[in-house]
Amino acid sequence: MAVELTINDDLHTLDVDPQMPLLWAIRDIAGLTGTKFGCGKALCGACTVLLDGQAVRSCALPVSAAAGRSVTTIEGLSADGNHPLQVAWRELNVPQCGYCQSGQIMSAAALLERNPQPTDTDIDTAMSGNICRCGTYTRIRKAIHRAAEDRS
Amino acid sequence: MSDIQRITRRDFLKRTGQAGGGLVLAMTVTTACGPDAEMRTVTADGKFVPNVYVNLRKDGVVEIYCHRSEMGQGIRTCLPQVIADEMEADWDRIELIQAIGDEKYGDQNTDGSTSIRRHFDLLRRAGASAREMLIMAAAQLWQVPAAECEARDHAVHHVAGGHHAGYGDLVEHLADIDVPENPTFKAPEDYRYIGKSIDLIDGFAMTTGVANYGIDTQLPDMLYASIERCPVHGGKVRDFNDGAARQIAGVVDVVRMPDPTAPPFYNPLGGVAVLASNTWAAQKGREALEINWDNGPNAAYSSEKYREELLISCCNEGKLILNRGDAAAAFAGGAKTHAVEYYAPHLAQSPMEPPAATALIHGDGRCEVWASTQDPQSAQNTVASILGLDKEEVTVNVTLLGGGFGRKSKSDFVAEAAWLAKKAGKPVKVTWTREDDLRHGYFHTVSAQHLEASIDEGGNVSSWLHRTAFPSIASTFEDASTKPAVWELGLGFVDSPYAIPNMRLETGDAKAHLRIGWLRSVCNIYHAFAASSFADELAHVVGEDPKDFLVKLIGPDRKIDPTEDGAKYSNYGQSLDTHPIDTGRIKAVLEKAAEMAGWGRELPDGHGLGIAVHRSFLTSVATVAEVSADSSGKLRVHKLWTALDAGTVINPDRVRAQMEGAGIYGMSLTLHGEITAEDGAVVQGNFDTYPVVRINEAPAEIDVHIMNVDAPPGGVGEPGVPPVAPAIANAWFAATGARIRELPFRNAGVV
Ligand code: FES
Ligand code: FES
Repeated sequence: MAVELTINDDLHTLDVDPQMPLLWAIRDIAGLTGTKFGCGKALCGACTVLLDGQAVRSCALPVSAAAGRSVTTIEGLSADGNHPLQVAWRELNVPQCGYCQSGQIMSAAALLERNPQPTDTDIDTAMSGNICRCGTYTRIRKAIHRAAEDRS
Repeated sequence: MSDIQRITRRDFLKRTGQAGGGLVLAMTVTTACGPDAEMRTVTADGKFVPNVYVNLRKDGVVEIYCHRSEMGQGIRTCLPQVIADEMEADWDRIELIQAIGDEKYGDQNTDGSTSIRRHFDLLRRAGASAREMLIMAAAQLWQVPAAECEARDHAVHHVAGGHHAGYGDLVEHLADIDVPENPTFKAPEDYRYIGKSIDLIDGFAMTTGVANYGIDTQLPDMLYASIERCPVHGGKVRDFNDGAARQIAGVVDVVRMPDPTAPPFYNPLGGVAVLASNTWAAQKGREALEINWDNGPNAAYSSEKYREELLISCCNEGKLILNRGDAAAAFAGGAKTHAVEYYAPHLAQSPMEPPAATALIHGDGRCEVWASTQDPQSAQNTVASILGLDKEEVTVNVTLLGGGFGRKSKSDFVAEAAWLAKKAGKPVKVTWTREDDLRHGYFHTVSAQHLEASIDEGGNVSSWLHRTAFPSIASTFEDASTKPAVWELGLGFVDSPYAIPNMRLETGDAKAHLRIGWLRSVCNIYHAFAASSFADELAHVVGEDPKDFLVKLIGPDRKIDPTEDGAKYSNYGQSLDTHPIDTGRIKAVLEKAAEMAGWGRELPDGHGLGIAVHRSFLTSVATVAEVSADSSGKLRVHKLWTALDAGTVINPDRVRAQMEGAGIYGMSLTLHGEITAEDGAVVQGNFDTYPVVRINEAPAEIDVHIMNVDAPPGGVGEPGVPPVAPAIANAWFAATGARIRELPFRNAGVV
């Protein structure tokens, strides 16, 4: 069955089982591998994308739930890789292995959209679904603050 | 003989499969070739190739081969920093190429925190010899003495004669220049990149989603595999029914994997693989399999029962490993004694990217793989052996690793992909699920330790007995192994820095029932947890400040050699002359961390500070934790302060990042981490049952201080982990008066 959805402003018609999690549709079918697999159970946040601007765990969402809607992945967050969060992430050299960082940045992007000046507590609440096994949390907090300043 | 040796072009092509031309030189630690009459250092396609790590193109771009795996430690930034600095090359004109697995690069096993500490000199030679050859070429060209020429900013200059030549322009003049036997290294004060916090080379890729990990490989016509493995280590498939699995849309084939070997080595774990046109179909198909297992020899393993056995084992007299003075006599004469047991469970490394690899069998039978492997040469060997190929017929491309922590040193998952690709006649990607990762890993071992000390009339520790029992990593390679390997006892056991006149170290027997492997800092985790917590206990027994007591326990400035007390000790493969166990340096980091934390200051109600210091991988790290108990008795870590002495440091920011990460990794294993088994099978399956520290539990800050010490580099990736658990345990005692001697703290109800 075909599912129609927009990914990063491009219309995709994906010929997949509608029950397939959005994550695998994005990675295996649409071929965009910036969105990562970490747990498959909505427990780690590595697969976070924006669905109509809201952060969702794409591993736990059937692709059919995204039909007719707009998905933003890390590849589409900014045209040139210079979203304030991406810039702040690089200025503070946040990534270690980097694997969780797509999901971290997407969760942070959704946070800044609804709360442009988050406190540490806001950040901890919004970001606690995103595991970083390399332990970059203290830099993630700083980078979100830096991006919030840059946007204001 | 110089460690820079010449190899012929034919040799080079054979080893690398790269289009070269002309002749090249190789730097290896293993190959020994005599001079070759045809020797040239410029290839037919116009590259200057002074060694296997450096190619200089005519356009001036320096291609640097990174032969170590990047898993978050920053080696893809730090390695070219060293080469480019010695070569006097511009950072902007570096192109980094990830090396394939090939013995010509020497050791590629990215493990043991070795990338800098074992390769610093080699990398400096690679850069320095290129620089000297460029100078010689320019001097010859200008007919001036080489000593009057200088390499700077990607060019050679002869100021007096007004000559300047960019590196690229010199390539064609390098053909007859010999590789210097002993290139001179730059003076540290002239370093441009070494010691500087250069930004991550992969920063852009990692923040835009284009960075490629093992799980990201996509090949035309590729199949996706998911493998159901026996829940019990050592078990195998009896029979299975794949009728339902084959009905799942997208499932292409179901294949029984070869049975696992005993001992396991790095071989695949057997089971049944489902091959499908996408990952999800493969996982669905796998869920629909009906498999009868022969659970094998570990079917009765209960980690709960085993814990009791291990605690008994560590309380019985064991095998003597180190003996100083006469501990028995001192115990008999001691004014006070204190004896306790410590326990730490199995752990899983659980890198954020689960193991994943893709394999392709070429038309001529050669195999090519793409994998997030820490050890590409071992992957090459494992794949060759399972496919019956020569290792030269196996190409291992190393992707970025989404974390490794020791798990990805073992190439079982790479071998699975290769075996399936051959079976399927198509490229195959194997992706482990998180459940696979937590249930079928090479686990950090479980351990129990007995510690006993006597204190004399003057309040000094007069004797120390430490007995450790844990299933050895050797069991992964040797079925009958029940004794620790010598090198495991060198990880925080026989290298104790304590100046105690009577010391007795023993080991107990322990048999493995899971696959055992390395996890970031390995045996140092439980040895440091026990020894550094116990030292704190003794401070409280005698009623002294724990930090002052620890300084006293470490005693006078001296260099320790555990072999003087009868132990075997390999010092992480490096000499005690260059990398001594130097108590002065250990105490210095201890004092520094205490100072950073404001040790002794007035603390808010319910707060406590705890301190621990531990030397591992040739680096000393001291950590102070500030914790508190909230009104419901739950623990919070407010802040960590870490001081480290890693000798020469290449990129201070990456070192700080490793310490920050080690703080969080150490907190995870202190508070949450535990793998248990019932009826032989691992109980935990995902991050709900195997929790790790999340941002809401992370301390407000992790302060890191790098000691400025002019000494050869120590390791950095691992040594930040061991002091964390005891620092938190000691802080918890300071805050609450309760001593926790078992990891994780979750089981004590405080998390
Ligand atoms: S992969 Fe989706 S939350 Fe972990
Ligand atoms: S940077 Fe490695 S998991 Fe976050």
